[in-house]
Amino acid sequence: MNVGLLILIVLVIAAAGYVLGRRRSLATADGNIRGMHSLPGYHGQSVFLFASVPAFLVMIVWLLVQPLVIENQVSALIQPSDIPEGSSLSLVMADVRRIADGLDLAVARGALTEDQIATMRADLTNLRGRLADVGVAIAADVKQSVFVAAQEYRALNKIGLMVMSGLVIAVAVAGAAYSYSRITPRYRARNVAEAAIKALLILSSTVAILTTLGIILSLVFETAHFFNLYPARDFFFNLTWNPQFRGGSDLGIIPLLWGTLYVSFVALAVAVPVGLLAAIYLAEYASPTVRGIAKPAIEILAGIPTIVYGLFALITVGPLLRDYFAQPLGLGSSSSSVLTAGLVMGIMLIPFVSSLSDDVINAVPQAMRDGSYGLGATQSETVKKVILPAALPGIVGAILLAASRAIGETMIVVMGAGAAAKLSLNPLEAMTTITVKIVSQLTGDTEFASPETLVAFALGLSLFVVTLLLNIVALQVVRRYREQYE
Amino acid sequence: MSVDNTVAEAGRPRLIRADRTRRRNAAETRFRIYGVVAIVISLAALVFLVLSILSNGLGAFSQTFIAFDVYLDPAVIDKNGNRNPEEMKKVTTIGYGNLLKKALAADLEARGVSTEGIPPKEVDGLLSKDAPAQLRDKVLADPGLVGQTIRFETYANGRIDGYFKGRVTMESARLDSNVSPEQLELADRMRAAGIVSVRFNWGFLFGPDASELRPEAAGLGIAIIGSAYMMMIVLVLALPIGVAASIYLEEFARQNAFTDVIEVNIANLAAVPSIVFGILGLALFINFLGLPQSAPIVGGLVLTLMTLPTIIIATRASLKAVPPSIREAALGVGASKMQTVFHHVLPLAMPGILTGTIIGLAQALGETAPLLLIGMVAFVRDFPGPPPEGFFDPAAALPVQVYNWTQRADPAFVERASGAIIVLLVFLLSMNIIAIILRRRFERRW
Amino acid sequence: MNDASKLQVTLPITPDTSAAVASSAMVREGEAAAGPDIKVAARNVDVFYGDKQAIKDVSVDIPERSVTAFIGPSGCGKSTFLRCINRMNDTIDGCRVTGEITLDGLDIHDPSLDVVELRARVGMVFQKPNPFPKSIYENVAYGPRIHGLARGRPELDEIVESSLRKAGLFEEVKDRLDGPGTGLSGGQQQRLCIARAIAVSPEVILMDEPCSALDPIATAKVEELIDELKANYAIIIVTHSMQQAARVSQQTAFFHLGVLAEIGSTQEIFTNPKDKRTQDYITGRFG
Ligand SMILES: Nc1ncnc2c1ncn2[C@@H]1O[C@H](COP(=O)(O)OP(=O)(O)OP(=O)(O)O)[C@@H](O)[C@H]1O
Ligand SMILES: [Mg+2]
Repeated sequence: MNVGLLILIVLVIAAAGYVLGRRRSLATADGNIRGMHSLPGYHGQSVFLFASVPAFLVMIVWLLVQPLVIENQVSALIQPSDIPEGSSLSLVMADVRRIADGLDLAVARGALTEDQIATMRADLTNLRGRLADVGVAIAADVKQSVFVAAQEYRALNKIGLMVMSGLVIAVAVAGAAYSYSRITPRYRARNVAEAAIKALLILSSTVAILTTLGIILSLVFETAHFFNLYPARDFFFNLTWNPQFRGGSDLGIIPLLWGTLYVSFVALAVAVPVGLLAAIYLAEYASPTVRGIAKPAIEILAGIPTIVYGLFALITVGPLLRDYFAQPLGLGSSSSSVLTAGLVMGIMLIPFVSSLSDDVINAVPQAMRDGSYGLGATQSETVKKVILPAALPGIVGAILLAASRAIGETMIVVMGAGAAAKLSLNPLEAMTTITVKIVSQLTGDTEFASPETLVAFALGLSLFVVTLLLNIVALQVVRRYREQYE
Repeated sequence: MSVDNTVAEAGRPRLIRADRTRRRNAAETRFRIYGVVAIVISLAALVFLVLSILSNGLGAFSQTFIAFDVYLDPAVIDKNGNRNPEEMKKVTTIGYGNLLKKALAADLEARGVSTEGIPPKEVDGLLSKDAPAQLRDKVLADPGLVGQTIRFETYANGRIDGYFKGRVTMESARLDSNVSPEQLELADRMRAAGIVSVRFNWGFLFGPDASELRPEAAGLGIAIIGSAYMMMIVLVLALPIGVAASIYLEEFARQNAFTDVIEVNIANLAAVPSIVFGILGLALFINFLGLPQSAPIVGGLVLTLMTLPTIIIATRASLKAVPPSIREAALGVGASKMQTVFHHVLPLAMPGILTGTIIGLAQALGETAPLLLIGMVAFVRDFPGPPPEGFFDPAAALPVQVYNWTQRADPAFVERASGAIIVLLVFLLSMNIIAIILRRRFERRW
Repeated sequence: MNDASKLQVTLPITPDTSAAVASSAMVREGEAAAGPDIKVAARNVDVFYGDKQAIKDVSVDIPERSVTAFIGPSGCGKSTFLRCINRMNDTIDGCRVTGEITLDGLDIHDPSLDVVELRARVGMVFQKPNPFPKSIYENVAYGPRIHGLARGRPELDEIVESSLRKAGLFEEVKDRLDGPGTGLSGGQQQRLCIARAIAVSPEVILMDEPCSALDPIATAKVEELIDELKANYAIIIVTHSMQQAARVSQQTAFFHLGVLAEIGSTQEIFTNPKDKRTQDYITGRFG
């Protein structure tokens, strides 16, 4: 019996419980709903929950534990002598699993029968060929002991599944019967059903925590792996980045960090003045019509996916900069460069800076403005001497958030900045960033367990920590600022 | 501020010295101009971006086609003559290629298009490399065609297509080993004879991707389906989870350490770089849980986690906007808290929730970086099956397809990448318009 | 008026001393004499919002089939106390209620009592009319539906109609029961809310300034309605209008800074108040 069918059976039991529970609740109250604590539907729901939730919990736990137990049992069958030179128990066990799955598949396709398998001997039949027929590839010929292990594996799995099915169905029926028997007109079925729903709501809200946890765990775990293979000191202080296919790579983060910071700096140098001035103009000078048109138009920039900016950098901005600046000035001949990526990323960040600054400027109380005008200050003096200083913490927060965006941005730099890790000051030269290297190291063909791949996790962790710190500081600054004027 | 009561030339007393005022006014004007310039820069960047994409990409929607008569010779494609598709599958595309080669030469001759001075191989080279496979698929789908002469229409080679779109010129052809000026001249003659035509290409929208050498046959079909599958998964997972989490936080949770942790988490998740979610997807869903690479299910899960904060923030805002008097009214007649929320508060917040969801989906649709890490860059030629099994089949995604095409050498792929961006932007635009309409339509003033 | 006048006798007013002493003394004697006619009884109720005490040691008896008015200056805790009676304060974070409140002798804080059932028995009408943004019919039918009071659509129709009739609204809206409840005038909306409260057949109806958002004509209609309803329900009304309290209530309680300063028959309170603060308040010297 497979798991899907079992789930279906439990659901059917639960649904039947719903109908019966509903009916019984009406019967016990002699059809007088008024005298009941809960509506009949809630009685049905509570039976449904009692039938399904414990059963599914049992099933989940069983499915998690069973493979561990079986793995243990079966690997005891493998003698040290069965493990080929240069292999390991876990590789042999992987073979066992693959053979077992292949046999299942062969049975399912009708290529083999259970009887045939039971009497089959690996050393006498061409097992490898048979499995290849159903699309399962086994690296080498199968040893008899491994085949026996595979048979054992299948048998245990089968028994395990059968026991689990029986248990789950029993739990479902018992749960249904228990809650069915508890139905009385005064039974608080609604409270039970609502408590279950509330548990679901709480569970949903923990997804955010679990995601963060998942991110941190996966990054830290693989980074630790990486630091086992490659010294952390070299990672943080080596000035070269030069991954090699055959080991002996230099994997220093410094050049990548430099590229990241350089590109982000250029981006902010574009986005901050433009975004800030645009925000000031829109908040303080623009007529409602201009504001009504320009503000949403600028915000469109924020809704455009980064891949679009990336393509823009690749096919338009990059060649333009190369043909009209880099080559005439003799500063380079590459269309991807720090300036290309920085400029385009700057455009992307304009709405980010402007809308955050707009909020911040609008939060400055009108009274401060009036005070300044009352002294005879012009509008620009008011902005420069009164509003900006007052709004400064908020604006700093906005800039920090924009910086965190810039550092974590991927597609624009992948398509616009280049792939060469360099420590150079020339903005028209191609350089690379942390995010670019995360992509290239994880989409390459290298072995997953090699330092060249695992370095991506260390890079990811560094990126995560930096952006997290920036975000926390920024949010804190902005919040303080808001409270000041509330 | 000091005020000089200087007496001006006209003899009337003036409040402020004129030159100082002039300077201050000039500064004022300058400041205003800076603001205008900033806005003009932003808008110009937007216009430039859109124009650049449009001018590069609109060409992708039309394609050069070649149509000619092909005799489906049974001696070549069905030697046994029993029209059994299983047996006919043994004939490879090479056989069909020869058939096409002959047929094109014959057709050109019949229509009086001169091929003088052009080697037969180059005449044949006008056709897409995909043409034999297309013909083979057509015949295998309908074996009854064997023995007939059919009018067969197929793509012209990417260079020929580029010639009619202005990407390839006689000069560039001279330097290009893949196409010769003579071929281009022949293409001109064929166009005059009506064999070659340029028109709208549905294949771009619905066809599968094609390999490096046949840009003319590359389509977005699988990418669109892959993206659609992922959006379904995001919708089905992120909407209920996001709404449930928001309801708990907004309606039930008391302020305590647990809810504080959740709040901080949500705020930070909204700002975590998208690539980090890709790493999570790779480590958790693929390496740890063993889900298949390149599959919409993994992409959908990753995008769900990324979209959740957006949906939660929007949902909480719209739950907050439902006035407390409605809750009191329901509680006052004896509804439980849960009934109050599900019968009254949630339905009233729904328009806002949906608007936020659509905006979250639009963000997810354009997201690229995390998908690169979970293997969505792989070259996929086979359409995924129908859901839900199809969620586990390899597929592409619209934005990743764009990236993929930009990584290929043939410049024809740049045009297609830009065209794909246009498709993506059209989807995003429609989603945003729907969101705006929803908001307008159901906006409620309390 | 008859039931109420009987009660007035049971509430003699001690001539002097502080309000707290006065109220507890009153109640003690009231308890002895009230018997089965007391619907709601509160004993030594304190309410805190966080650390701030909003109600201090209030004890009150609310008789069956009569109208009790709560009056007092703004912020003195009338609404807070009213909301204790159907435990609406449970929904406010940080609000704590101590002391004992009984409904028909049953402690409303008893854990074996479901607050939902309590609220079905103690209906509430709010200061601002707050119909659900649904049809008029759905507004009234909602309560009976969630409490399973009707066995089928015809029965539900009947409940809706009779509730609307009792609220004096049926004739005005019978042609547009499917129209939105929010489309009614303010006065009609308030009567709709009363109909909604009646529809679950409560035993007590709490009204927190039900007329403060209404014009005099609508107010008159609601007052008329209250007068009719008191034949079947125990009604508590919070009001800022002395005239209204005098017009509709049989018993009046005067709150001041979170304490119950004085309680007695309406006539007594308005003609011959014992407490100095009551006197000052009703003669308009403060508050
Ligand atoms: N949710 C709350 N949180 C904290 N304090 C509150 C809350 N609600 C009321 N209070 C405080 O409790 C006291 C009593 O308030 P309540 O609303 O009961 O007064 P009231 O007599 O109804 O006034 P009004 O006549 O203006 O309606 C006031 O001081 C008020 O500030
Ligand atoms: Mg009040």
